[in-house]
Amino acid sequence: MFARVETWWTILKICVEERLVYRGDFMLGTLMRFLPIVTQIFLWTAVYASAGSGVIKGYTRNDIVAYYLLTMLARAFSSMPGLASGIARQVREGEIKKFLIQPIDLISYLLLARIAHKSIYYLVAAVPFALVYYLCRSYFPGWPTGEVFAAFLLSLVLAFLLGFFLETTMGMIAFWFLEVSSLLFVYMLFTFFFSGHMFPLEILPDPWRTMVDFLPFKYMAYFPAAVFLGKVQGTELVHGLMIQTAWVLGFIVLCRVTMQAGFNRYSGYGG
Amino acid sequence: MNAIEIRQLQKSYRVYQKSEGLMASVRGLFHREHREVAAVKAIDLDVAQGEFVAFLGPNGAGKTTTLKLLSGVISPTGGEARVLGYVPWLRENEYRRRFALVMGQKNQLWWDLPAQESFTLHEKIYRIEHDAFVRTRDELCDLLDVGHLLGRPVRELSLGERMKMELTAALLHSPDVLFLDEPTIGLDVIAQHNIQKFLKFYQRERKITILLTSHYMKDVAALCKRVVIIAQGEIIYDGSLAGIIDRFSGHKILSLLFADGRMPSDLARYGDVLEIVEPKARLRVDRGSISQVLSSVLANHTLEDISVEDPPLEEVIAELYSHSAEESERGKTAEEIRNGERRNARTSERRTK
Repeated sequence: MFARVETWWTILKICVEERLVYRGDFMLGTLMRFLPIVTQIFLWTAVYASAGSGVIKGYTRNDIVAYYLLTMLARAFSSMPGLASGIARQVREGEIKKFLIQPIDLISYLLLARIAHKSIYYLVAAVPFALVYYLCRSYFPGWPTGEVFAAFLLSLVLAFLLGFFLETTMGMIAFWFLEVSSLLFVYMLFTFFFSGHMFPLEILPDPWRTMVDFLPFKYMAYFPAAVFLGKVQGTELVHGLMIQTAWVLGFIVLCRVTMQAGFNRYSGYGG
Repeated sequence: MNAIEIRQLQKSYRVYQKSEGLMASVRGLFHREHREVAAVKAIDLDVAQGEFVAFLGPNGAGKTTTLKLLSGVISPTGGEARVLGYVPWLRENEYRRRFALVMGQKNQLWWDLPAQESFTLHEKIYRIEHDAFVRTRDELCDLLDVGHLLGRPVRELSLGERMKMELTAALLHSPDVLFLDEPTIGLDVIAQHNIQKFLKFYQRERKITILLTSHYMKDVAALCKRVVIIAQGEIIYDGSLAGIIDRFSGHKILSLLFADGRMPSDLARYGDVLEIVEPKARLRVDRGSISQVLSSVLANHTLEDISVEDPPLEEVIAELYSHSAEESERGKTAEEIRNGERRNARTSERRTK
């Protein structure tokens, strides 16, 4: 067990180092992410002005901006740029062999690499995030209670895990199709509409509104934000966290099963 | 004790057979014709602990496929193999900690980081004791003379330096079996020679089992006493390098230097004339008649110098490759003929009924 933890720690350190090699590109990418906020604020101000009423589906304009800022934070945890396409590239170029030959587990390795990448990202993004939140503080209804805040943090961690295992599973499909970019495009469209990262899911008309409750996507953006804003409370909150955990567990299993099947196929078809 | 035991090992691939043209491509969207290609056809091979064996064969002969099977990257279509007692394609960690595979065309180190980081990762994943790790690393870096490059990102290293780092990384956990797939491909003569020297020394010191594939006959001649030739997925030769010539070449090269420039015009009666540059001549003579030819040449002409040599190894092997390709084609037609006969037999049976 100790040897295993030491291995994990070493992988984590090496991944951090590797990440820092490309610090310039990385910093720029991080900062560019904040640009859309301004356009979003303008957009929703215009929407509310033309709608005439101060409240749409239970959201005031301030709520919407606060919601948008919070989903941005949730997406910072749940989005996994380059994860699935990276796996596909490794399969295509044969680098994946390393994980068949060396005593190292692919999924653990990917997870550690992702934790390293995300940690660096949060370190770099913390200052601009804090600044934006500070400047936009008037849009927020105020700090939630300690319990709700704890639930919010938990939902962010779960959102990270869900995003990771879901996208890793998508990446494993590369063992069958080699090229997964169009599949990833569909996945991106789905998350775009059904995770709630463009607008609160309450805005969706039925049957879409009901459908999203049965999909994992809303736990990657909508759910953490709704928790923070007090849109889900009490038993509904507890249930929400339980369902989110169930999705994470489900994808942990699915991810490993697809990896095993993928390895078998890979080794059957000639590596 | 045998380190590697292979019995009736087979691997065939299903390849998508695409016909030419746009219409065929469109049809291919709905219905694909597949064809089985046998990369390795039921081979048997034993390699003893501490042997250094070379796999020779033309491209696509099944050398790399065999190495992939033995390192567990692919699983076979049939047959068995044991390496150090393990079935490779089960990919047990115990086995994975005891062998290494180095591919000349594939990079296993972290591209953007110094090799040192990859080595540290290997220390952990192979569970190498720290003291042993430091000792082995320093020793390998010393032998390969790359100690001063440990801190440089791998992408900035030359091809030769990178190969040395790959070898170091592969040997850190002191594997008992090492698979080398064209380790000197693309390297200049000096780098090739350095790698050969290192492998030779290391194998002699550690007595590990090494399987090597290479297209450079110099690699093989320098390193391996035993040579296995694979062609069309079958082992066609297993023995010493020198034995290849004895076994597969029916000729000797006879070089003659005539005295006083008296050059006979009827040299063709002794054998195939390869080259005539007066007063020298080179002939290809059947191995069986060499002594007879020699005595009659000596009796009839005045010679200043004479030599009998084996044909160059590369030539013999090239001949062998093309020979085996022809043979397999003939084999295929023979099978077709047999099938055809059976069909005829069946129709005649039906007719008699």
